[in-house]
Amino acid sequence: MSSFREECIVINYVDTLFVLISAALVMLMTPGLAFFYGGMVRRKNILSVLMQCFVALCLLSVQWIVCGYSLAFAPGNGFWGGLSWIGLRGVGFEPFSDYSSTIPNQVFMIFQMMFAVITPALIIGAFAERMKFSAFLIFTLLWATFVYDPLCHWVWGSGGWLKHMGVMDFAGGIVVHTSAGIAALVATIFIGRRKNLEHTPSPHNLPFVVLGTGLLWFGWFGFNAGSALAVNSVAVNAFIVTNTAAAAAGLSWALLEWIRNGKPTVFGIVTGSIAGLATVTPASGFVSPFSGLIIGVLASIVCFIGVAIIKPRFGYDDSLDAFGVHGIGGMLGTLATGLFASRAINSAGANGMFFGNPKQFLIQCAGISVAVGYTFVATCIIYKFVDIFFGMRVKEKDETMGLDLTQHHERAYTVLE
Amino acid sequence: MKLVIAIIQPHRLEYVKEELYKAEINLITVNEVLGHGRQKGVTEVYRGVKEAGNLLRKIRLEIAVNDNFVEPTIKAVIKGAKTGETGDGKIFVMDLEQCIRIRTEECGSKAIG
Repeated sequence: MSSFREECIVINYVDTLFVLISAALVMLMTPGLAFFYGGMVRRKNILSVLMQCFVALCLLSVQWIVCGYSLAFAPGNGFWGGLSWIGLRGVGFEPFSDYSSTIPNQVFMIFQMMFAVITPALIIGAFAERMKFSAFLIFTLLWATFVYDPLCHWVWGSGGWLKHMGVMDFAGGIVVHTSAGIAALVATIFIGRRKNLEHTPSPHNLPFVVLGTGLLWFGWFGFNAGSALAVNSVAVNAFIVTNTAAAAAGLSWALLEWIRNGKPTVFGIVTGSIAGLATVTPASGFVSPFSGLIIGVLASIVCFIGVAIIKPRFGYDDSLDAFGVHGIGGMLGTLATGLFASRAINSAGANGMFFGNPKQFLIQCAGISVAVGYTFVATCIIYKFVDIFFGMRVKEKDETMGLDLTQHHERAYTVLE
Repeated sequence: MKLVIAIIQPHRLEYVKEELYKAEINLITVNEVLGHGRQKGVTEVYRGVKEAGNLLRKIRLEIAVNDNFVEPTIKAVIKGAKTGETGDGKIFVMDLEQCIRIRTEECGSKAIG
């Protein structure tokens, strides 16, 4: 049977083109994230955020080629991919049928590279405005290698043990958003609050935040629809579900603010949209558009509580709400997948609780627990290691003056001329 | 009537405002300026080209007050802006010849408060 399947492997050029374009769309999300985050910080720190996002794009692209893809996706055992594809050895134009039998392995590799780039970049929101650049580089490299790559293998890799258990994560609710969100929570607690925060700093450039959101939303079509890895009904459905959830979440966040604070805000509607996008990510290929709408509304309600109520109560300084939006959204979406998934949408998936299969919800809970537990412990170790040997936080004086001038010797905006 | 001009660190503005409000001084004008005193500026590098000793961002406050408010104003600014580091800034006090409120055309100390 398997030899028959291998004979039938023929590259589909439409699928290949679709995934290549999707990879380019996901690549654009990292600069999008840079503006999304960059607009939120005080203006003395915007370049540091743009730089961290951009260097993540460069650094992790290289890491992925050298060892990341092999660790995450080579056919190793249940726990890691092993070293057989190191330096892309053996990763060629032929498809690897465990992932897709219609697109080249190289195309799958470059598509997944963009996920490996943006996931560590999401964590930047937690320690923005106070992290030393050199420490950031080491932390990001270690985190990508020892947290993202293994977790990615468990959930998506050939023979991964969580995949084997039946955990469903279409485009990265666990692998991307939960892992980045939990790492963000760890980092924000360890690094401590920013100085001079008694007066909450307002975002210095909201139009940048909106621009970044636009780029992220646009790129997210590649992220979610592209994860179908083929031009088929699952891809089209994921595209529609993604847009629906983002729209529903943006509306609900604005409405919540209107009711609670008296005015709907621009910052609110874009935050809601991102929460909706992050939340629907694991579900997008398994649920109907109407379920996507419900997930979007839930995303805003739950993330709003996380950002506006829980965060102030506990007092941790998750500067740009990397945990509040991505962590909470990712976990919520993974659970929602266990509720709303339907085999009528994607026959390769499983039914969720609302479609007669309550067991799937428990499997999703187990998947999240494993991801949260592993990410938490591994991030603590990596953080402490880097902190002891290199020091994570900039000097207080440098923080006051701003990271742009002190870490990069540049400033974003001139006052004169 | 005096005009108090204070040059302070940007991140101290909120603290200074708070102290001024506590002293019931509610009328201030703020702008962003560049400068440096004893504190040297920071080197900036653009595509390998160094620009040494660049000016630093500061905040300049202008506060027009009646004579009995001069001391409280100075105290409030110091309380809000002082960190003990070089670069905390300066306060200048000068005589103010006239003050006119445009809306009512009132003149002198009545117009300030």
